[in-house]
Amino acid sequence: MLKDLFQKKRQYATLGAPETAPARVSAARSEKTDQIPQGLVNKCQTCGALLIAKELQKHLYTCPNCDYHFPLDAPTRIQVTLDEGAFFEYDAGLTSADPLPFPGYADKLRRAQQASGLREAVVTGEGTLDGHPVVIGVMDSRFIMGSMGSAVGEKIARAMERAAEKRYPLILFTASGGARMQEGILSLMQMAKTSAALRRLSDAGVLFVSVITHPTTGGVSASFASLGDIILAEPGALFGFAGRRVIEQTIRQKLPDDFQTAEFNLKHGMVDKVVHRKELRPTLSLILRVHSGRGWADGR
Amino acid sequence: MAGELEFERPIVELRAKIEELRRFTSESGVDLSDEIQKLEARLEELTESIYANLTPWQRVQLARQPGRPTTLDYIRGICEEFVELHGDRNFRDDPAVVGGIGLVDGRPITLIGTQKGKDTKDNIHRNFGMAHPEGYRKALRLMKQAEKFGRPVALFIDTAGAYPGASGEERGQSEAIARNLMEMAGLRVPTVCFVTGEGGSGGALGLGVTDRIYVLEYAWYSVIAPESAAAILWRDSAQAPRAAETMRITAPDLVALGIADELIREPRGGAQKDPAAMIRTVRGKLVSALEELSALSVDERLARRYDKYRKMGVFVEA
Repeated sequence: MLKDLFQKKRQYATLGAPETAPARVSAARSEKTDQIPQGLVNKCQTCGALLIAKELQKHLYTCPNCDYHFPLDAPTRIQVTLDEGAFFEYDAGLTSADPLPFPGYADKLRRAQQASGLREAVVTGEGTLDGHPVVIGVMDSRFIMGSMGSAVGEKIARAMERAAEKRYPLILFTASGGARMQEGILSLMQMAKTSAALRRLSDAGVLFVSVITHPTTGGVSASFASLGDIILAEPGALFGFAGRRVIEQTIRQKLPDDFQTAEFNLKHGMVDKVVHRKELRPTLSLILRVHSGRGWADGR
Repeated sequence: MAGELEFERPIVELRAKIEELRRFTSESGVDLSDEIQKLEARLEELTESIYANLTPWQRVQLARQPGRPTTLDYIRGICEEFVELHGDRNFRDDPAVVGGIGLVDGRPITLIGTQKGKDTKDNIHRNFGMAHPEGYRKALRLMKQAEKFGRPVALFIDTAGAYPGASGEERGQSEAIARNLMEMAGLRVPTVCFVTGEGGSGGALGLGVTDRIYVLEYAWYSVIAPESAAAILWRDSAQAPRAAETMRITAPDLVALGIADELIREPRGGAQKDPAAMIRTVRGKLVSALEELSALSVDERLARRYDKYRKMGVFVEA
């Protein structure tokens, strides 16, 4: 099934990109931070293997050598998750304002839009996964670290409301540094807004699967990311409330290397399952099948 | 009085001068009452103008003044009778969060809040009012209990933030806060919160999804503490005053941004100058808010609460 995904060039539905063409950077980026693979050859930041683009794509942007998971941008994530050509985007025209205003924020937004080709740090919409209709949201860490301001909160809350209305399961892929500082308290309140919308989705009996990808921290971690009926995480993904440096300063101790990783969270009971990217689509498909299943007497 | 802040020094100095003149008058018998009267009028003017023109950073400093009423002070001052209840039933009792049941004018109520210490020893015990996951889970347990027995919930928020430590992470600080946000959005009884001092980010919000949000005059509430914001923005936490300004974290800002329902006036110079008066004011506001909220049907209250948070945020739609 995975093989089929890449046999032909996939059609990709509307993504509401700004007029400016995304500025592609072809040279290899710094290895200090996790970069979305670009260009012809990428170096695995963990084992150092040189990987050509075609091969990376075949392995869903994981290292065939050491299983390191490169971050995915939102369009690619949607492409490798949903059935071909099935995506219909919600609220493509919804973008951030500068309500405080915050020095440099308007420029920062413009640069993020140009560099990512997106209008905001989350793409939401609906589609099918192995034929199951779903509402999906994917955060994109390229866009101001995937941070949640009013626009991100609004898009996610609307996606939740549509999922409740249509009774489609909701799948959210998180990747975020947390609340977006540049919108002050309004960003913080997006945590409450999205969690309130989840309360309604949950009351409606609709499934919500949260998929934690690298990195998911702060205000996103402390709101919807942690509220999935089922929480899956990609191997090695950072998932936690406070940043490592802040914690090390607080407790005056070095933290173990695996601190706040997906595996650490699995061990502490905070996620249901750590799933290799190649297994994500089949795993989600099985979860959807279980939740669409009937067969037992329904005493309600 | 101890604990005067830098910007309050002119007041302290002028007051000392007046004292000195009084002493001189009584010792020497020279009548300086005219002079004293003039100075007293100036003191009044000066005091008024200093507190009427506080910078955001000065407000942050006031919010952190020791001597301000703590959550337990409010609870004990508000209730005729109160029983504190402990523990999250999972891991331990977090002393940074207090809560229990009591009577206000003979009516049952659940009261919960973050608790700072009164002195260094108490502060260490209370972890400086920074809660662990079990603190949020204790709060949720008490809120669910209130829901079961149909009594309203009052929440008091005064925390620099949720505790950013390894133990908190291991036990799911994120999950504990997130769970509270979701559960509080659906709690079927009336809920009111008061930001009485510091409203530090998710750690504050974890007790703050309520029908009404009241912010004390000199309290602050922010997505990030001004020191941390300054460290990120300008790589210098000494720039906190500038960050306090930029981030719009003061009570008047919170009302203007549509987050707080109302600013609650403090005694001039801050709640610590007259704790009893402050507690009386908060009690009055709590009682009137609960009377209004309990007159609504559950569905109506939940719908209004949902809309309140649903509307928060500013964005552009093409």
